[in-house]
Amino acid sequence: MAIDGLEKIVAGHDLFAGLGDTFLSTVSGCATNVRFAADEYLFHEGDAAQQIYLIREGHVSLEIAAPGQGRMAFQSAGPQSVVGLSWLVPPYRWTYDARARGDIRAIALDADCLRAKCEADPALGYAVMKRFMPTIVERLHHTRLQMLDVYGTPG
Amino acid sequence: MAHPVEQMDMTDPMVPTLARILRKRVEIPGVVTFELEAPGWQGFAPGQFNMLSLFGVGEIAISVSGYDAEPDRIVHTIRDVGATSHGLSLLEEGDTMGLRGPYGVPWPVADAAGRDVVVVAGGLGLAPVRPILYHLLANRGDYGKVTLLYGARRPEEILFTEELGQWRAQLDMDIEVTVDHASPGWHGHVGVVTTLFRGADFSPDTTTAFVCGPEIMMRFAANALTDAGVAADDIYLSMERNMQCGIGLCGHCQLGPYFVCKDGPVFTWGQMRRVMTVKEL
Repeated sequence: MAIDGLEKIVAGHDLFAGLGDTFLSTVSGCATNVRFAADEYLFHEGDAAQQIYLIREGHVSLEIAAPGQGRMAFQSAGPQSVVGLSWLVPPYRWTYDARARGDIRAIALDADCLRAKCEADPALGYAVMKRFMPTIVERLHHTRLQMLDVYGTPG
Repeated sequence: MAHPVEQMDMTDPMVPTLARILRKRVEIPGVVTFELEAPGWQGFAPGQFNMLSLFGVGEIAISVSGYDAEPDRIVHTIRDVGATSHGLSLLEEGDTMGLRGPYGVPWPVADAAGRDVVVVAGGLGLAPVRPILYHLLANRGDYGKVTLLYGARRPEEILFTEELGQWRAQLDMDIEVTVDHASPGWHGHVGVVTTLFRGADFSPDTTTAFVCGPEIMMRFAANALTDAGVAADDIYLSMERNMQCGIGLCGHCQLGPYFVCKDGPVFTWGQMRRVMTVKEL
């Protein structure tokens, strides 16, 4: 697909909506269109976090396997979600599995490429970081709520 | 335990009448739904509650979870969490319990006509909003897009699964269900109920939202709705406090300037957002 088309798709994702043309072009240079079939894994726990996935269609199940319990889903991510935040901090390693619940269409951003561009242009780095921070904070809030077990039996 | 059902005494709001259990259904372990008859009962509006009593044990406020167009069927869904609810949960068909009501300010469902409606429920909070859903489905043409976002603790704790399936099959209401903790075999959403807002289709400017569930969940949901552009006074919550008299006399359910039993239990987020974050209340 032509870069023009990719730029349009990247711009159409909530994460980068409203990003300026120059930055959008730079970010899109790290992007590729990807598809996953149902039950295919986007990545596995322990692997190097080399991609960021911007989900366009379908749902991804984020899971951790536990002895005797099989895989346990702790979160699902649907269209306009971001899957993969581990690319942001060393050691850049996935800490869970990501499995396609059905057919997935997504934009994969190459983490090495995006990190290098952010390092080279702090203004871009700041713009990108500002867009990832809300997702990080939102996940923290949601995790807190899950841990509070608010639907549990009182007392 | 069976007693003849007496005509309801409407002269003294503190005197319960005897309501007979016509049907009992175990929804999930620890949660039962009773269908009661209480001659003389005047019917209810969605969101109102009755005071149900087990004589010699206690009295508790429980929202009506049935359909307001069927006033002869008084439906309550009760979770077994305390002495009174435990005792009530053990009653069987033909047994009786005390009933006073209905009380409280209802959900303004009719006022939402012509608008999109988003219903957000968490856990047992699906029961108090079920009358809204019955009303919306029975008068579907009067409303815009209708969305139910429901969060439960685990897949096994999802309430009214048969009805959720039936409502989904009608294809005129968007229903999304998520669980905080998935079990093996669960293929649906995982995460807190507010994660469902991202995929919900509604026009914020013309949306009325009804939210019911644990208070923390309601705060998060109301904030997510306001973040999405829904006005605070178009977001309605059903509050729960220690309701004892049910008619605003005793003061046990006071929440800031409000008596929840009389001024609520349904309030706008505009009314509640400050008092809900005061931990002393």
